Amino acid sequence: MQLLELKNLKKYYATQKAVDDISFSLKEGSIFGLLGPNGAGKTTLLRMITGIFFPDEGEIIFNGKKFNPLNDNLFIGYMPEERGLYKKMKIGEQALYLAQLKGLGYADAMEKTKYWFKRLEMETWWNKKVEDLSKGMSQKLQFVITVLHQPRLIILDEPFSGLDPVNANLIKDEIYHLAKGGATIIFSTHRMEQVEEICDHIVLMNQGKKILDGTVQNIKQEFKENLFSIQLNETPDEINSDVFDLIKRFDHKLTVKIKEGYNSNDVLKYFLQQQGIIESFNEILPSLNEIFIKLVEGTKNSRQFVKVS
Amino acid sequence: MKKIWLIIKREYLTRVRNKTFILSTILTPLLFVGLITAVTFISVKNVDQETVAVVDETNLFNGKIENAKAITFSFPQGVDSTNYQQKGFSGVLYVPTDSNNKYRLISKKQFGMIAEDNLEDRINAAMENKMLKNTYNIDMQSLDSARKSAARAQVEQAYYEGGTIKKGNSGLAYGIGYGSGFLIYITLFIYGTMVMRGVMEEKTNRIAEVVVSSVKPFQLMIGKIVGIGAVGLTQLLLWIVLIIGLSTAAGAIFSQETLQQASEATRQIPSGSAAVANGAAGKWAEIQETLGSANWFLIVGCFLFYFLFGYLFYASLFAAVGSSVNEDPQDAQSLLLPITMPIIIAIIIMINAITNPSGSLATWSSMIPFFSPIVMMARIPFGVPGTVPYWQLLLSMVLLVIGFLGTTWVSAKIYRTGILMYGKKVTWKEMWKWAFRKY
Repeated sequence: MQLLELKNLKKYYATQKAVDDISFSLKEGSIFGLLGPNGAGKTTLLRMITGIFFPDEGEIIFNGKKFNPLNDNLFIGYMPEERGLYKKMKIGEQALYLAQLKGLGYADAMEKTKYWFKRLEMETWWNKKVEDLSKGMSQKLQFVITVLHQPRLIILDEPFSGLDPVNANLIKDEIYHLAKGGATIIFSTHRMEQVEEICDHIVLMNQGKKILDGTVQNIKQEFKENLFSIQLNETPDEINSDVFDLIKRFDHKLTVKIKEGYNSNDVLKYFLQQQGIIESFNEILPSLNEIFIKLVEGTKNSRQFVKVS
Repeated sequence: MKKIWLIIKREYLTRVRNKTFILSTILTPLLFVGLITAVTFISVKNVDQETVAVVDETNLFNGKIENAKAITFSFPQGVDSTNYQQKGFSGVLYVPTDSNNKYRLISKKQFGMIAEDNLEDRINAAMENKMLKNTYNIDMQSLDSARKSAARAQVEQAYYEGGTIKKGNSGLAYGIGYGSGFLIYITLFIYGTMVMRGVMEEKTNRIAEVVVSSVKPFQLMIGKIVGIGAVGLTQLLLWIVLIIGLSTAAGAIFSQETLQQASEATRQIPSGSAAVANGAAGKWAEIQETLGSANWFLIVGCFLFYFLFGYLFYASLFAAVGSSVNEDPQDAQSLLLPITMPIIIAIIIMINAITNPSGSLATWSSMIPFFSPIVMMARIPFGVPGTVPYWQLLLSMVLLVIGFLGTTWVSAKIYRTGILMYGKKVTWKEMWKWAFRKY
């Protein structure tokens, strides 16, 4: 079941095509990564999904129906990249207030706030103010506020920035937990290692356009360059083969690129005929980071302002 | 609606529970009443009794000048400018021997204004009496009785309203008009700025983005405006209650006579800075006499209306400016100017209008929503429908409500865009574009 479908979304500003014809869909319960360099249009796209902006063109289908921000925002939790809380307001009251703004009743909001404060060991914070919190603590609070009302779609813009590894892991576990409970999660980030670890499905955006869409595994397969690494106990001085090119040699560890028309067995056959003992052999898949850089490279680092007709 | 209510409640409660708010609400009337009480007290107690020795060589006054409140005259022998202090006089007055009428008063310290006025008054009166007696040979006693029976003229304004004659008091109307016009002027600034700051806070804290993913930007803006308006109303009502309570308490300290004296003392001072402070004290005594002549029900009703809708009219504009400002508060200054200008112009018109409440400037500017909250409040105490016909009052109110809807509509569009716009400095041209583009 698709929870969210975007169809040909467009949003043009006076001098930018911020989002230019983006379509993709999200399966319920999946963890989805929205990637892209700075200024790719991620935030604009997310703001359309949260109902803050209206798309110029295109359609958003939420839960099988046309997206209606006024009713559907109860089912969406949004944590913007720039964290925002009332500095002078007590933390407990703040969480209650924002939950009620989402549409929860007072008793319901109270119960859920207490549940989450207990779960993340924040009970003693209740009467403190946000200005008393450290950056990481307010990050945690922001996360709680985002997921408090049990949204079906959770949108997290750079959720781990400013968190120490312990708290980052804590939040990560919560995200898995929420996904297991049926929530769909959209992640927006440019930290690739997190995406690789967490996301099932990614979309890469650049300059307002979608340039990549698929599962992490498929994308890696698609971008693999037939690189393998071999570790031997002793390496021959001369390595010459029609099957592969030697890319790198480091001590007894070799990196090879298999030529067109051959496969890994051919490489192994070659080394079996040599003297040394093969200690390890595995494929090197490109990291998302490499794919990202490769795809984004070549386009200008910063977006240019152009006249949009 | 439920969400707007939540926002109103938050805006209201966080401000009302604030310590600064509580303190300023209590301290302002205390200071206000305290200051007036102190001034009244000082001006009453501080009228020094002066004794003046008169050296009257030509016996112009026949040894008699009537004592005034602050001055006692006496005609001792052998007192001159060298020894008056030893003999217990605070000054010595030389009556001229020729006819140039230049009196010389020698004293160690300068006499106060009240004493000096008294002095001149009494000398003039004595001169007048003497001339009347000498030239026309009028008997002093019959003159006195004639004076007494011909009491001083007192103009009592009266006008017809609904068949009954109402007493008018232009001094009181002036006071109320000026006071309420000024109060609206000040509150527009205080609460308008509060709205602007609130919006700026939400924008710079980036909470706006979290909130507008739950509610419409318009709901957030209206909630804030209404919430702060309620704070303003609370503060205003508390001030009124506290000021009335405190001044009643303070009034009990003074006897009616003292107040009378203060009020008289004021009248005798022609001008000067002391007059303003003293004027307040005097007015107070006067107002207590004539409070009954004002139509309080109408005035308070109109005041609340113009306060509320004037605030609503301007508050959304302040919100629009707040939403367009980035972190730099300097930007706010230049963007605020077009909003503060009409308020300042309104107070200038009001100061003019209060001296001529039926003039065309007063009449027309009390129709224009930018000025009407301040200018109309200056006119209303002069009488409805005498000075302000019903149609004018009604038209002014309707126009203000329409104006409020208009500014809110325009501001909401600017607000919606501005609140999520970061980084660049916004110009009026851009705000204009945000306000009038279609979508």
